Amino acid sequence: MARISLSHLGKTFAIRDGSVIALADINLEIVDREFITIVGASGCGKSTLLNLLAGFETATSGELAVDGAPITGPGPDRGVVFQQTALFPWLSVEDNIAFGLRLRANRHKGSPEVIVERMLQRTRLSAFRSRRPAELSGGMRQRAAIASVLAIDPSILLMDEPFGALDALTRSIMQDFLLEVWEEERKTALLVTHDIDEAIYLADRTVVMTAQPGRVREIIEIDLPRPRRYDMRSDQRFIALRDYVTDIVREEAIRGTTELRE
Amino acid sequence: MADDAGTGSSWAPSASRSTVGRPLVLPAQYAAFPAALLVAWQICAQVGFIRRNVLPAPTDVALVWYDLVTGATDAAARYSGTWLDHAAASIWRVFAGFAWGGALGILAGILIGVSRVMERVLDPTIQVLRNIPVTAWVPLSLVFFGIGNAPAVFLIGLGAFFPAAINTTHGVRQINATLIKAARMMGASDSELLVRVILPGALPSIMTGLRLAMGIAWVLVVVAEILAVRSGLGYLLNDAYLFYRNDVVIAAMLSIGVLGFISDRIVVLVRDHLLEWNRLETFSGQN
Repeated sequence: MARISLSHLGKTFAIRDGSVIALADINLEIVDREFITIVGASGCGKSTLLNLLAGFETATSGELAVDGAPITGPGPDRGVVFQQTALFPWLSVEDNIAFGLRLRANRHKGSPEVIVERMLQRTRLSAFRSRRPAELSGGMRQRAAIASVLAIDPSILLMDEPFGALDALTRSIMQDFLLEVWEEERKTALLVTHDIDEAIYLADRTVVMTAQPGRVREIIEIDLPRPRRYDMRSDQRFIALRDYVTDIVREEAIRGTTELRE
Repeated sequence: MADDAGTGSSWAPSASRSTVGRPLVLPAQYAAFPAALLVAWQICAQVGFIRRNVLPAPTDVALVWYDLVTGATDAAARYSGTWLDHAAASIWRVFAGFAWGGALGILAGILIGVSRVMERVLDPTIQVLRNIPVTAWVPLSLVFFGIGNAPAVFLIGLGAFFPAAINTTHGVRQINATLIKAARMMGASDSELLVRVILPGALPSIMTGLRLAMGIAWVLVVVAEILAVRSGLGYLLNDAYLFYRNDVVIAAMLSIGVLGFISDRIVVLVRDHLLEWNRLETFSGQN
């Protein structure tokens, strides 16, 4: 079970001459095993929201809780996949995947060797197990990073533009890979992106944020059947959803830039 | 999968086209410059350009050096066969000083690098002390420790401390912040973070600091042996100078150069062994 609830959540950053309201009055209930994507114009605070959930930042106001327990800091119950791949350059792929399992906090989760073997197979990295991160392509690197997070079996998966640094083709392949893994494990997942296609393709519900300060503008039910297939992107329903979300995001992006100019 | 096309082998360091299949090119590149220097020196001394007892020829130095080491020909007179004892004394001091100064430097560097509080507590003092040349510590260290090994090892360690500390701090501070976040997210404790992320992440800079420390150690061992001890290659050099034996002086100088070079190679070998991964990530020079 992993239910996430955010109520009246706000985050203000102090800057040189005053403060910036990054998030204001965020209310969101995420049910167990749900896949939520958060989309919005750049600077809307979507990464801040994810950092709050991960425990890297603390909220200025409001509450956020997992299964009723408030979040006090980062922990292995919430696995984070970063945009900038978090692999240790001095460790091989298999040692990177085993990294979390060898920490005292995760010793009870089982034998690193067995779990690493399973992760290598699932991410199709078995042949590259002894490679260093610098010897992998971008897509392989992000698969290894996802494997290292899944290895510690978190109940929640938080992803901050995980495919943002990849080319379009690799990105679409990685989306299918992620869905495939998610269908097997059905963890509660929250993915932040600025790619509207990606947001719709992956999600059960897509949260559209307003420009600064970030608020929840609209929550859109993505009623596409699962498992998803990449060619669904040309279905009428997908196109309708994309047009709808694009309109809102564009409107917010334009509003954000004009307000900044004033 | 389509994105699996990337391979590591094509990015790995490899011999360039120009040196492949020509076995003599590499040794020639290494030997050309030192050989030219030796020839020029020999000519200068041979022609009488500079008086031979002021600047002995390489061949003279070689003969004296041979006797210094073996004691076979008496060419080095009162210094005949003493080389090994002097060299051993210098090497011991260098490594003893390098060990304590380097270890303490790494420790201080990690404390300062990890903690802003420790930075405020320790760093100003270190930055002030760093600006005092280690040679300025000679009088006090003689008063404190007397003539002998202790002041030499103290001075060398002091000199090794600063580059080790400063480079370690730098190494800790340039670790990718995402890696620290990732380790925390996976549940790493403070000690696990230190051992599994901070130490390996800072290692490239730590090794640079140790390499600089080793270089300084060989400078300071000579200073210390001229002023504070009655053995070692620095003592030999100074004593031969007082007896106007420039051939022995040069043999001692070259001995220090060669031993310093070997010490540096040892540090580099250890570094390359530990940091194989770093060569994949960084520019390592073109052929």
